[in-house]
Amino acid sequence: MIRAGQELIRTDVEAYLRLQQNKSLLRFITCGSVDDGKSSLIGRLLYECKMIFEDQLAALEIDSKRSGTRDGAMDFALLVDGLAAEREQGITIDVAYRFFSTDRRKFIVADTPGHEQYTRNMVTGASTADLAVILIDARKGVLTQTRRHSFLVALLGTRKIVLAVNKMDLAGYSEDTFRGIEAEYRGFAAKIGLHDITCIPISAVAGDNVVTRSARMPWHTGPCLLDHLETVALDEPAETRPFRMPVQWVNRPSPDFRGFSGLIASGVVRAGDLLRVLPSGRSSRVAGLLNGGGATDVALAGESVTILLADEVDVSRGDVLAAAAAPPAVANQFEATVIWMHERALVQGRAYLLKLGAKTVSATVAPIKYRIDVNTLEHLPVNELALNDIGVCGIELSSAIAFEPYRDSRELGGFILIDRLTNDTVGAGLLHQALRRAQNVHWQALDVNKRARADLSHQKPCVLWFTGLSGAGKSTIANLVERRLHADGRQTYLLDGDNVRHGLNKDLGFTGEDRAENIRRVAEVARLMVDAGLIVLVSFISPFRAERRLARSLVEPGEFFEVFVDAPLATAESRDAKGLYKKARQGELPNFTGIDSPYEPPENPEVHLDTARLSPEAAAGVVIGRLREAGIIDVDLN
Amino acid sequence: MIRLTHLQRLEAESIHIFREVVAECEKPVLLYSIGKDSSVMLHLARKAFAPGKPPFPLLQIASGWDFREMLEFRDATARRYGLDLIVHTNEEGLTAGVTPWSPGTAYSDLMLTQALRQALDLHGFDAAFGGGRRDEEKSRAKERIFSFRSPQHRWDPKNQRPELWQLYNARKNRGESIRVFPLSNWTELDVWQYIHVEAVPIVPLYLAAPRPVVQREGRLIMVDDARLPLAPGEQPETLSVRFRTLGCYPLTGATLSTAATLPDVIREMLLATGSEREGRLVDQDGAASMERKKQEGYF
Repeated sequence: MIRAGQELIRTDVEAYLRLQQNKSLLRFITCGSVDDGKSSLIGRLLYECKMIFEDQLAALEIDSKRSGTRDGAMDFALLVDGLAAEREQGITIDVAYRFFSTDRRKFIVADTPGHEQYTRNMVTGASTADLAVILIDARKGVLTQTRRHSFLVALLGTRKIVLAVNKMDLAGYSEDTFRGIEAEYRGFAAKIGLHDITCIPISAVAGDNVVTRSARMPWHTGPCLLDHLETVALDEPAETRPFRMPVQWVNRPSPDFRGFSGLIASGVVRAGDLLRVLPSGRSSRVAGLLNGGGATDVALAGESVTILLADEVDVSRGDVLAAAAAPPAVANQFEATVIWMHERALVQGRAYLLKLGAKTVSATVAPIKYRIDVNTLEHLPVNELALNDIGVCGIELSSAIAFEPYRDSRELGGFILIDRLTNDTVGAGLLHQALRRAQNVHWQALDVNKRARADLSHQKPCVLWFTGLSGAGKSTIANLVERRLHADGRQTYLLDGDNVRHGLNKDLGFTGEDRAENIRRVAEVARLMVDAGLIVLVSFISPFRAERRLARSLVEPGEFFEVFVDAPLATAESRDAKGLYKKARQGELPNFTGIDSPYEPPENPEVHLDTARLSPEAAAGVVIGRLREAGIIDVDLN
Repeated sequence: MIRLTHLQRLEAESIHIFREVVAECEKPVLLYSIGKDSSVMLHLARKAFAPGKPPFPLLQIASGWDFREMLEFRDATARRYGLDLIVHTNEEGLTAGVTPWSPGTAYSDLMLTQALRQALDLHGFDAAFGGGRRDEEKSRAKERIFSFRSPQHRWDPKNQRPELWQLYNARKNRGESIRVFPLSNWTELDVWQYIHVEAVPIVPLYLAAPRPVVQREGRLIMVDDARLPLAPGEQPETLSVRFRTLGCYPLTGATLSTAATLPDVIREMLLATGSEREGRLVDQDGAASMERKKQEGYF
């Protein structure tokens, strides 16, 4: 029955091969624990589909007698438990991939272990599955592990579920038992977003409803398992989505050929298409296209190609080529679900390597918002993720990457985390959304820009504009803040009013016009320094709101921090370290702020320091705290 | 809507694997056993880097007992594509006089496993492409596509890196290496079909022809040269045979067959009742033997 093709093989093997060529492929995962009969089920599918050769069957017979769990009868589970340790313990430890085909379809089965301690193996198997077969022991019903398996496959994006209620032979082939389990499972599955569910009562050992409909359960009107696997509709192919291809390798065999090689993640690309290179934002047209067969005019999702561009644009490994009309977002901060896969726990704030597509960047995970109890789906506050824990976290990268949410693209939304010392794959993750404003920003053609420079030094540039009366403590506090930032490895520069007047602005006096020009120049210098990726501290009396507003307007929103160093005139004057107030009072310094020129206090400063209450150290601490809140720095320097 | 065929998908996946290794490793090599899987690997590698050549050499472990036709085919292939070919033989084993008839596993240990390790160490290769497929054998079904080896070339099946989606972690520390299996998800039928569709050149030994053979322990062994010791009264007879797998000629059993064309071979393969490795003596010592060999560094 399964090999109806046998006749065709004999008579016209070429025709048979053409049929094979056009078969579709279904990748599915089987989930269940040792007692649910998962290996037995796969063993039976392989056996019934004639995938087991005579010598393998002979070996199986010997194995069944030696280490089988069925009193010497054929133990199909032994066909699939591949590692010696697994056969000894009678359990499945690692993911095994099995291949079988019928006249209608080809199948790759990821056979994965069910115990909680092997969650990472199950997640590995689920990462490439189109469908999941979840096994339940009819005598036990929906268990904690059933819920865990379902949650994991849903998390990894497998939407099609087969609930195989196994061991019906041991449950008297009872319809009531089956219906009860089905109802309970559907109720639970709906809660985790699984709706495409097919429930089938089977017995893997007795063969009921596996490859043929069972006469012992006439009440089951649905398909048997194999019929369902052969006919279930496959997901909409990825070529209907916009074109994306992570660049794996730059192919430069000779000076006159420069191609960009990669596996197309989604969409279709044609010669002449306008593509955008991300994250740089440059665009160019497809000048030529090579696939497995050589030069071609069109290539689609799932093909490995080499693309030639019309212009000499800068493209390197890890960049993404995308349809210019619908490019993916670019960001460096994300919310993601992280699945931890290593004995050494995930530490918040520690640097790991993150690989997504062909790009590997430095990444820190912080904060861990919560851990999900995979059995109860409860959210639990935690400080670390241990082996097999799953949590929702913030992720910050050393440089921005092109990405898509995992629900839209496994290729541009799924990542792994790598330990920098051992090089082990320690975690996997699913990007959900970008945090902050990098989302949907496509940087335009500037090879080295502000972000690139700032990324190099792992910081976000900004201006800290200290304003206040002479003697209020601006320079003292700004110095303390700079020392703390410097000690943490941040690149800073302090522009001090007095010092600037010795050089850049030594041609300026103290007329209203010169004072305005003084501020304008300093604001422009601060802007350039922010563009250079620095954290700039400006310590200037800057008494007028309009001037400070001008300085603020020169940088991007969120990059300007107005720090009001607030001291009563009497206090400032009493300090008078430089003797300026005295001179001003004596009329030697005209237009001196606070004496014969007004000071306009900020209306909504980012930081307001009351120096009457705060010591300079405490005031510096307030500024650092504000920078941390704003995400300019990511560790608590206080 | 255009649809990719099953073979086109497999081809794309394998090409992706080749490129990923070349992008992330320092000194890769292609383990070229001259068999049909190696032929397919080489064909894919050439596509992956076209119009350039594959940026890595071929390495063949010569036991001294390879079929003559295999060696001719190997040299012709390297010449035709202008590829760098490294041939390595374990000289210690030769000096010690190890032959396919040496007791126990001495021959396969020294001339295959040790020889491979020697060659990899000698040239400092940090990644080696092998033609292993998951459908071949139970322990292979659980091996990763990027399979890590300690500086002693050992495989630790209980401590494999998780391999999700198509994201491969090729990072390793000094001295460690990776065995990479670009054909992991191919089946035997896929390999034959691909050879057919793409007209991939293979060693003629895969096709039936009259060849001199002797019958031993139920196997047909080809008398490829005068070194095969004949028992008293043993006479080679000329039979129409072909080989399902290739290795050292005294250890590789032939199949009686008249399938002289590729479609004929595929027909026979599809109607066969025995698995591919049946003819290979080296794989039949013990149930967990492949897993053990792999732990020791066999491919």
